[in-house]
Amino acid sequence: MAQTTVTTRLKKLINTPETEVKDAMAGMAAAHADLIRVEYDPNVIIRKDAPRKGKVGLVSGGGSGHEPMHGGYVGLGMLDAACPGAVFTSPTPDQMARATAAVDGGAGVLHIVKNYTGDIMNFEMAAELARGEGAKVNAVITNDDVAVQDSLYTAGRRGVGVTVLLEKIVGGAAEAGADLDAVTTLAKKVNANGRSMGMALTSCIVPAAGKVTFEIADDEMELGIGIHGEPGRERTKLKSADEIAEILTSTIVKDLPYKRGDEVLAFVNGMGGTPLIELYVIFNAVNRYLTGEGIKITRSLVGNYITSLEMAGCSVTLLKLDAETTKFWDAPVHTPALRWKV
Amino acid sequence: MAVTSAQIYAWLERYAGIVAEQKQYLTGLDAAIGDGDHGINMDRGFQTVLVKLAPVREKDVGTLLKTTGMALVGSVGGAGGPLYGTFFLRAGAVLDGKAEVSDRDLVGALEAGLKGVVERGKANPNDKTMVDALTPAIEQAKQALDNGAPLEQALTAAADAAEKGMRATIPLKALKGRASYLGDRSIGHQDPGATSSYLMLRALSDSLATLPQRASTTTT
Repeated sequence: MAQTTVTTRLKKLINTPETEVKDAMAGMAAAHADLIRVEYDPNVIIRKDAPRKGKVGLVSGGGSGHEPMHGGYVGLGMLDAACPGAVFTSPTPDQMARATAAVDGGAGVLHIVKNYTGDIMNFEMAAELARGEGAKVNAVITNDDVAVQDSLYTAGRRGVGVTVLLEKIVGGAAEAGADLDAVTTLAKKVNANGRSMGMALTSCIVPAAGKVTFEIADDEMELGIGIHGEPGRERTKLKSADEIAEILTSTIVKDLPYKRGDEVLAFVNGMGGTPLIELYVIFNAVNRYLTGEGIKITRSLVGNYITSLEMAGCSVTLLKLDAETTKFWDAPVHTPALRWKV
Repeated sequence: MAVTSAQIYAWLERYAGIVAEQKQYLTGLDAAIGDGDHGINMDRGFQTVLVKLAPVREKDVGTLLKTTGMALVGSVGGAGGPLYGTFFLRAGAVLDGKAEVSDRDLVGALEAGLKGVVERGKANPNDKTMVDALTPAIEQAKQALDNGAPLEQALTAAADAAEKGMRATIPLKALKGRASYLGDRSIGHQDPGATSSYLMLRALSDSLATLPQRASTTTT
């Protein structure tokens, strides 16, 4: 009989931890040559036809290991460039400065930054460098993770699932010709109306570390996990999918709060190691819970879109929609990871 | 007394060696309350610094410090890159073009570096960060110079104050950075950033104390 063992050995499809990010970038460039091009040192993934004259450029970035975010979202109707850092380590300012210069079509550039101390500081330095070169740069910070208390006593809520939805919606607006101020205002609106919470069944293994980020027993789960395997709210006994979905969704609903009559985009995301069938089981429970609350799902997204290497688990994101955000969510998109109406 | 480019280079080289030696120690401190990469990142950064300094080591103090800052910004990542990078960039900007600097210039440059760190990281004293080591250190150095102490003594006082500030981070609850997610669980651990900042100032004090070739010209 095959035995289930918890392995801490580095069993991954990589050559060396040091070359993983560049090898993957080269793979992306080869697979999606019609959409993107890549540059190395500093590492940047750029929309093939950038800079687009008169279009606001959208630049995001973050540690690698969350694929397809962000490189998979470069293309028509979404990002103009993405800056991949080392695994789970924020990219450096020279990357974002290069990305900004590469996509600036004269209408300014919006930096989309997830709320982590390192990401914020590196993007700030990049914005200073880019402004020094004459670029017009705004930044929006995503901080939608309800698992972290937003208070003066922490670095604030982490940016998670809403980032993906924001990149799509704001990308639609920028493609349609919205100016930098309008794009920035829309980005802030999306962040303000979105909330997320995740959970993990297993840990991930950062290649450079070579061992699991955290220990978790076979019958346990971590509620409120971050996308780098950071501890969440609570370690508890494993529950059924319906119960897990209800915990995540009810916590999110109470937080904004989402109210009876609201129309939402419901996003059930896999952490990387969970099969799609399980994500649909979760979506079913999310839908049932929201229906009971009188909240209507008018748009949805299910799949692995903001991951944490091979971690098993999921996150739920709700975004309250209005006519503007619905229109730009529906707008055409053609990127390595998201494509519709093109 | 004046501090020369050669002495500043000696400091940076000494600190790079200490970071390499203490890589596991710093990473271990970070693993307890952060994401466990501080030593690895700082070592990668200062190895890059040594490479980038090689072609400019004969140049002025400002160039050495700014080159160090840019190398750190481009190679460390995380929060450490922008914070240490800003420290050296700001310190270097103050000493732009100077082949040798006065005692007050040097301490003033360190103070400018600290100011940059505070602006970049928005940390207050007692947030359990590198600011808790740097702030009392620079205060002590300034006071010592005001009291007429020679630079060596002022920098030793600074390193001692940094060490005390570093130890004082142990009972603090982290209010900035990834450690802040832990809340009360961050109490009882020494802050890795305060530790690497202390080591940096001790390296400065030690390298100026052991290097005899101080310039004979007096600048004020």
